[in-house]
Amino acid sequence: MSAVATPLARAINAGLRAAMDRDDSVLLMGEDIGPLGGVFRVTDGLQETFGEDRVVDTPLAESGIVGTAIGLAFAGYRPVCEIQFEGFVFPAFDQITTQLAKLSYRSQGGLSVPVVVRMPYGGGIGAIEHHSESPEAYFAHTAGLRVVSPATAADGYTMIQQAIASPDPVIFLEPKSRYWDKAEVDEATAPDLSEAGLTTGLHAARTVRRGGDVTVAGYGPTVKTMLAAAEVAAGEGTELEVIDLRSISPLDVDTVAASVERTGRLVVVHEAPVFFGPGAELAARITERCFYHLEAPVLRVGGYHTPYPASKHEEHYLPGLDRVLDAVDRTLTY
Amino acid sequence: MPDPLTTLETAADVTMFQVLDAEGRRRESPGGEPFAPYVAELTDDLVRAMYRDMVLTRAFDAQATSLQRQGELGLWAPSLGQEGAQIGSAHALRRRDYVFPSYREHGVAHVRGMDLSLILPLFRGTQHGGWNVHTHNFHLYSIVIGSHALHAVGYGMGIQRDGDVGTGETDRDRAVVCYFGDGASSQGDVNEALVFAASTAAPVVFFVQNNQWAISVPAATQSPVALAQRGSGFGIPSVSVDGNDPLACYAVSRAALDRARSGGGPTFIEAVTYRMGAHTTSDDPSRYRASEEEERWAAKDPISRVRRHLEAEGVADQEFFAAVDHDADELATFTRDRCRAFAAGGAVEMFDHVYQAPHPLVAADREEFVAFENGFADADADATGGAA
Repeated sequence: MSAVATPLARAINAGLRAAMDRDDSVLLMGEDIGPLGGVFRVTDGLQETFGEDRVVDTPLAESGIVGTAIGLAFAGYRPVCEIQFEGFVFPAFDQITTQLAKLSYRSQGGLSVPVVVRMPYGGGIGAIEHHSESPEAYFAHTAGLRVVSPATAADGYTMIQQAIASPDPVIFLEPKSRYWDKAEVDEATAPDLSEAGLTTGLHAARTVRRGGDVTVAGYGPTVKTMLAAAEVAAGEGTELEVIDLRSISPLDVDTVAASVERTGRLVVVHEAPVFFGPGAELAARITERCFYHLEAPVLRVGGYHTPYPASKHEEHYLPGLDRVLDAVDRTLTY
Repeated sequence: MPDPLTTLETAADVTMFQVLDAEGRRRESPGGEPFAPYVAELTDDLVRAMYRDMVLTRAFDAQATSLQRQGELGLWAPSLGQEGAQIGSAHALRRRDYVFPSYREHGVAHVRGMDLSLILPLFRGTQHGGWNVHTHNFHLYSIVIGSHALHAVGYGMGIQRDGDVGTGETDRDRAVVCYFGDGASSQGDVNEALVFAASTAAPVVFFVQNNQWAISVPAATQSPVALAQRGSGFGIPSVSVDGNDPLACYAVSRAALDRARSGGGPTFIEAVTYRMGAHTTSDDPSRYRASEEEERWAAKDPISRVRRHLEAEGVADQEFFAAVDHDADELATFTRDRCRAFAAGGAVEMFDHVYQAPHPLVAADREEFVAFENGFADADADATGGAA
């Protein structure tokens, strides 16, 4: 069967289904993920297929969801938790950072805790407060966690299966503004779930557009924005090389460095606040690695140092096309 | 007009179940009939074993406290005074049951068959954790107060999915016990654990050692009513037991574990006991509690209580007590020797097991660290003309 145009939310649903078909120990836990199928319908139909023991509508308590998932993992299960919105992950922050992240280390590797914590993140959908944030830096800052974000439906399908196959806990960030974006998904081809497959798949950046003038790197919701910017820039004679980082921890610095060694310029784009954001880490590492190749300082485009604003302001807060192009211009004219 | 709310009861009387009174005499607790079959299991052999376990645990604990004073441990969390609650409840467990301890359940570890010296590396700072949790189904100590209660419920949910609840097969059905304290009972995670356990009918026994003090804060600050009343609001059967009466703790725990294994769901047990020592060796109880209070509780000591019981029943002689004391001395010596032998490995081991699968950032940090350390080795070699 050839690839079919599928929205990201549906592709993740198909990936979850494939993982559950493959491995009986995989189970889903979260709020409203059963008959409702989740508020974004990512788990649509799964309880009907797999039953209430494997698609568990939990009490409304995020710490409880992650904490009991950890216990289930001790008992040999592979729980996939859904946090309804990223703004509600903080009640579970203690379980994620002090427990989930550290159990392998605390047990000298004796305990594997293969829990995936999925959550929609990012803005752009006109939501009320606490529904549009980008908390990835908190998790990337914590050793023991892996943090990834698909940008496309094809990646959503593959990466969720690879995240579930990972022996380590994975924070799986789903760009909610892209849930309805369609791309071709090849469900007939099983993803590479080996350790090597996770290294070269789940945690590898991908160059999604070649260009020789400026490297532009981001992940999740900003990949689409970067590609749109590249299209406009190309019309003006500037070729952007667009990199979808896909993984925030680990961070594939090699791919970005190889690009910057050719272009000499880097702009990092994410919705998360710029201050202490993933772009700061990438900028520092690229500066260390590519100092003599850089023609301009690494620039960052992202959220401001404010709480996420009311949705009528979000188009100004989010790193949109114009702000990306402005940063491109600034790095070219430095 | 009278305030109608003042007529509502907030604190019903809670009867504390006992098998022995403070003097070690058998007594019938009002309402204790449901536990009678389990009390009947308390053979002389079992009670002697409990006595021995309590004395050994106390000897280990006292030795560990001394080792901290001598600088051999960075910190120690004494179990002094809580041996009755720990040993009584732990004897009710079967091998396949799983224990999530807090961080001073040394007595439970001992009854599970664990080499107690394995607890020392955590406090000596030579490694986190310290033991294989699968060997004795005894989980790692939990330092973030109450965080493990959710893990216990999740593990219980796993047992349910394994089909190891309610089969009626003694060798198959399993339960989980979660130990925590009066302080932890205020934590959100413990309360969420009670919600999840009730919602899923998880085979979990919540065994609360109310040792009256959360470091310096009295139990009354955590709850104006007996903690045993907490469970019922969650829909979890609850019981209060004399935590310094290991026989009563055994009977109550057996009943709760049977219920859990048979698919009857969770139970909440409040074992009323007392932390005779400091919270940890960094604590100074004289700043917040009166010595009269400590003396009052010393009179209820679980070890002397059971000893008096054994003597009164005429089922243990001086030879038995002398043998137990001898074993306790040997354990203390063994503990001291083992403690001093625990050493950390090379510093590079701090990069091990952060992840189960390779992680390039950890690998890079490790490489950088090794190069940095080796740079000093080269410098030392240069300084001594290469002779070092």
